[in-house]
Amino acid sequence: MLRLLSFVLFLVTWWIAALFVGGAKLPPPPAVLQVMIAEASSGALFLHLGATLARVALAFTLAMSLGSAIGYLMGRVRLADKLGDPWLILLLNLPALVVIVLAYIWAGLTEAAAIAAIAINKLPTAVVTLREGTRALDRSLDEMARVFAMPRWRAFRHVVLPQLAPYIAAAARSGLSLVWKIVLVAELLGRPNGVGFEIGVAFQLFDTPRLLAYSLTFAAVVLVIETLLVQPFEARATRWRPRAA
Amino acid sequence: MRLEVDITGKTFTSAAGETHEVLAPLRFALCPGEVGVLIGPSGCGKSTMLRIILGLDSDFRGRIARPPQARIGMVFQEPRLLPWRSVEQNVRLAAPEVTEAKLSELFRILELEAHRSHFPGELSLGLARRVGLARAFAVEPDLLVLDEPLASLDDALAGRLRDEIATLVASRPVMTLLVTHSLDDAIRLGDRLFFLSPRPARIVQEIPIAIPRAMRSEADLGRIRAELAALPLESK
Repeated sequence: MLRLLSFVLFLVTWWIAALFVGGAKLPPPPAVLQVMIAEASSGALFLHLGATLARVALAFTLAMSLGSAIGYLMGRVRLADKLGDPWLILLLNLPALVVIVLAYIWAGLTEAAAIAAIAINKLPTAVVTLREGTRALDRSLDEMARVFAMPRWRAFRHVVLPQLAPYIAAAARSGLSLVWKIVLVAELLGRPNGVGFEIGVAFQLFDTPRLLAYSLTFAAVVLVIETLLVQPFEARATRWRPRAA
Repeated sequence: MRLEVDITGKTFTSAAGETHEVLAPLRFALCPGEVGVLIGPSGCGKSTMLRIILGLDSDFRGRIARPPQARIGMVFQEPRLLPWRSVEQNVRLAAPEVTEAKLSELFRILELEAHRSHFPGELSLGLARRVGLARAFAVEPDLLVLDEPLASLDDALAGRLRDEIATLVASRPVMTLLVTHSLDDAIRLGDRLFFLSPRPARIVQEIPIAIPRAMRSEADLGRIRAELAALPLESK
């Protein structure tokens, strides 16, 4: 209920602002909705949204799995930490734009280059978060698993993984928001479809309603994925914790 | 099948770079069905010794012989349960081969039936300790190690749990090593008492109790207590 109220408040503010600023710079909600419906009925909206979502899914999965594995390794093995740390700092601070441009130059304007570039941007934050999580693992529980001769996989699944779950959730949450932001830049610079490409076109034509139509649909999809996928996962992973008052 | 402990020394290097002698030469053995009790002042190195015996610390001088296939059941001082698994899952994860009948029996003896599906965070310390006991017994261990299992419990509860431990230990021939501060626990549960010196720990005196555990009357216990009181021990 409160969420709905907050959404209505957003619409009202937007509408009032549109009245003051004028339709060219900020079109009122119905104008944007009209473009949304037109784009949706032609199918273009779903095509571009689908292309973007596919890139996000691939890059996110790639970066999360690789990043978690590297982060766990760096948290456990000191040598891996020493070797990997300078690379990590480099990647963490490398601007996303540099990675994307270099990927397109080296690998061509291809799908693989786009996905790799997005994944590389997200990778270091996943590594850092998971490394921290691995360092914070409770040694006393590790010892318990060893004393009771738990097989490796069982110990990993029941002793280690639940401790890492909050860190994985944090990495997924922050990583997803990073991927959402970067995917559009990658599309703008080198893909012939996707929400980023459409926004690029709208920008060149100064077509604000179109720009907003795509951005807001995209934001809505992000919101839906957050509430339906990320939050339930978090809730499940932490269900054993006493609830906050 | 027997546990032989022959530690010739263990040093520990602190963060400041100083080395400390934690354990002096120490030697004892335990046979199946026997309960050895380690009694010593706080900080004398008992926990270090247990870690060595359990194979968690290999950085020591000497030798530990325990049958390679020996199953170990351990009751830690702080229960070390997995907070994200239920009571039953905690036990089953450590003892995957435990049968439902055996599990029910253990939960009945330890009065945990009502708490099977609770998470450890929902349990009191006394209950959590009982889960720790259930877990250690569920693996049907050959070597059972109890590290102050009754510390910080009130007398009535400690007494009940002690009786439960006695019942469980008597139910199968297991080598048991009990660490405790309580002389009362020691003489009720133990067959042989090892009194340890302050750090670096060594065995100051080994005292066997001849009367079988189950047959000790209150009068016997009183007599043993008086005998121990007469001994010149630093670590009582």
